[in-house]
Amino acid sequence: MTAPTETTLSRRPSRVRGPDARGVRPRRSASPFRPGAGRQAHGGPVAYLLLGLMAVISLFPLYWTIVAASTSSQAVNRAAPPLLPGGRLISNLGAAWRDADLGKAVLNSFVVSGSVAASTALFATLAGYAFAKLRFRLRTALLLVVIATAAVPPQLSVIPLFQIMTSLGWYGRLPAVIAPTLVSAVGVFFMRQYLAEALPDELIEAARVDGAGSHRIFWHVVLPAARPGMLVLFLITFVQSWNDFFWPFVVLTSENPTVQVAMVKLAQGYVPDQSVIMAGALLGTLPLLLLFLVFGRRIVGNLTLGALKG
Amino acid sequence: MASPLAPTSSARRGRRYRWGLKITPYTYVAPFFVLFGAFGLYPLAYTAWLSLHDVQLVELNALSWTGLGNYDDLLTSPRFWKATLNTISIGVISAVPQLLMALGLAHLLNYRLRGALMWRVASLVPYATSAGAAALFFQFAFSRDFGLVNWALHSLGLGPVDWEGGTLSSQLAVSAIVIWRWTGYNALLFLAAIQAIPQERYEAAALDGASRRQQLLYVTIPGIRPTIVFTIVISTIGSIQLFGEPLIFGGGSQAVQGGADGQYQTLGLLLYQTGWANGNAGRASALAWLMFLLIILIALTQAVVARRARRR
Repeated sequence: MTAPTETTLSRRPSRVRGPDARGVRPRRSASPFRPGAGRQAHGGPVAYLLLGLMAVISLFPLYWTIVAASTSSQAVNRAAPPLLPGGRLISNLGAAWRDADLGKAVLNSFVVSGSVAASTALFATLAGYAFAKLRFRLRTALLLVVIATAAVPPQLSVIPLFQIMTSLGWYGRLPAVIAPTLVSAVGVFFMRQYLAEALPDELIEAARVDGAGSHRIFWHVVLPAARPGMLVLFLITFVQSWNDFFWPFVVLTSENPTVQVAMVKLAQGYVPDQSVIMAGALLGTLPLLLLFLVFGRRIVGNLTLGALKG
Repeated sequence: MASPLAPTSSARRGRRYRWGLKITPYTYVAPFFVLFGAFGLYPLAYTAWLSLHDVQLVELNALSWTGLGNYDDLLTSPRFWKATLNTISIGVISAVPQLLMALGLAHLLNYRLRGALMWRVASLVPYATSAGAAALFFQFAFSRDFGLVNWALHSLGLGPVDWEGGTLSSQLAVSAIVIWRWTGYNALLFLAAIQAIPQERYEAAALDGASRRQQLLYVTIPGIRPTIVFTIVISTIGSIQLFGEPLIFGGGSQAVQGGADGQYQTLGLLLYQTGWANGNAGRASALAWLMFLLIILIALTQAVVARRARRR
């Protein structure tokens, strides 16, 4: 396999992957032209050696987490730590699920990250489309406001947010984590950039000439064109939300945690068995790894699109 | 289908249609601004107001004015300065090697390789690992008695290091978590930028007799400068907000202190300790604003340095 085209694709979001206006589904391999990728030198043995080292370092923590999660506490705490998996993975995972309430934490994280990512993708597409394709007064000014808000660190709002959530009766409940991150400035900017290229003006005009109203155009013309970008935004937001630490830690209790909050509980030794702790760590990362396995190509290739993360 | 519309009704429809066109853009951007206003902008301003008061978290409505008292308390407290220095030093020892290694990795990934996608996926696995799980692994790896790192050092004939107890050692350990998680991510950003550099520049450089190393220094690095600046800014913001990694690395119930001596307490941990463990909401608000000022200060410094570097 030679150098893949993913990163090239990422720079050319105009290639809409769904069927386009003519109902033709563009092929991924349509263009053999890859600027900059054409005449690279082949990697020598040193390159493979270094890359192999990188791969070992990247994968080892995960591997060892599996090893520790599949042995016993005594084995983990021996002078020479185990390097090969044992046979207790399933029982340790079960114990983590029960003892550390990891099942609830994983479910909570799914609800939080799923709804945050879905709402971010939808609202960012709405606003991004308006900023990219519609003409209205204040457009430039409002876009500048959006960009400026991306630079504000979340710590600046946590105390009043805490007050809001307490007075709404949401303290310790999931809406308190979900509500403040339903929209993202970076997401709006991202979809604006994406739609500016991926959605030809002619398509909108044609629909308008055919008498389609604004909302019809959005649902039937804009959304299909936006789908690949929305998927990337969804995935990246999901990962970010899953890994969010500070605010969930502040507003949730360890009785109703997200995965990251539950990890703190594990680190503080609520569960004495270290194998079970590592099984918990594994459970907490499994959903992200699955997502990565399924959408890995997309994420790897389109990372630069979402690179403007906050 | 075509309904027989009276002319008046058609005109009204046209007017409504045009008015609809006019109002639509605003309704499309409204959700963002409404939600951001409620959960972003209003709290932001209110934090500034709170920071000028003596106010406890349990009774956020009971405000008593202290002016800049909270800022004064913080700026004269050794804990604050220690946390600031810790945040900066952890930031430096995590960001600098991370970005250099990412640059090297991007250079490697830019070769024509067998299994190119596989190498990219492998380098991105740490990014796809749950932050808490990664921190838990490193907590174990760096534990004093049964940790992997001390075990490896022991096999090399080196004495055990008390990774949690020392200042430099604990900060190195926390940085290791950050470096591990973000190096591959930054490498792929660099890779995309490298591949966007026009091939002709390399050809011109080669014609002028530039070696590969010189091409790296005089074509690649200037060519991806915007991406480098971007990653530096992002790493800086990330470092100043560092919270989960030192919290989990610390383990025990006193983890928000960042070690027995606060040797790896970051500003993020101090904010939590001030606002929630000690319940002093006014001072925590002031701290949040000082963190923001620190981000701006560092960003400005970086901008000045970058401009000077470009002029040279």
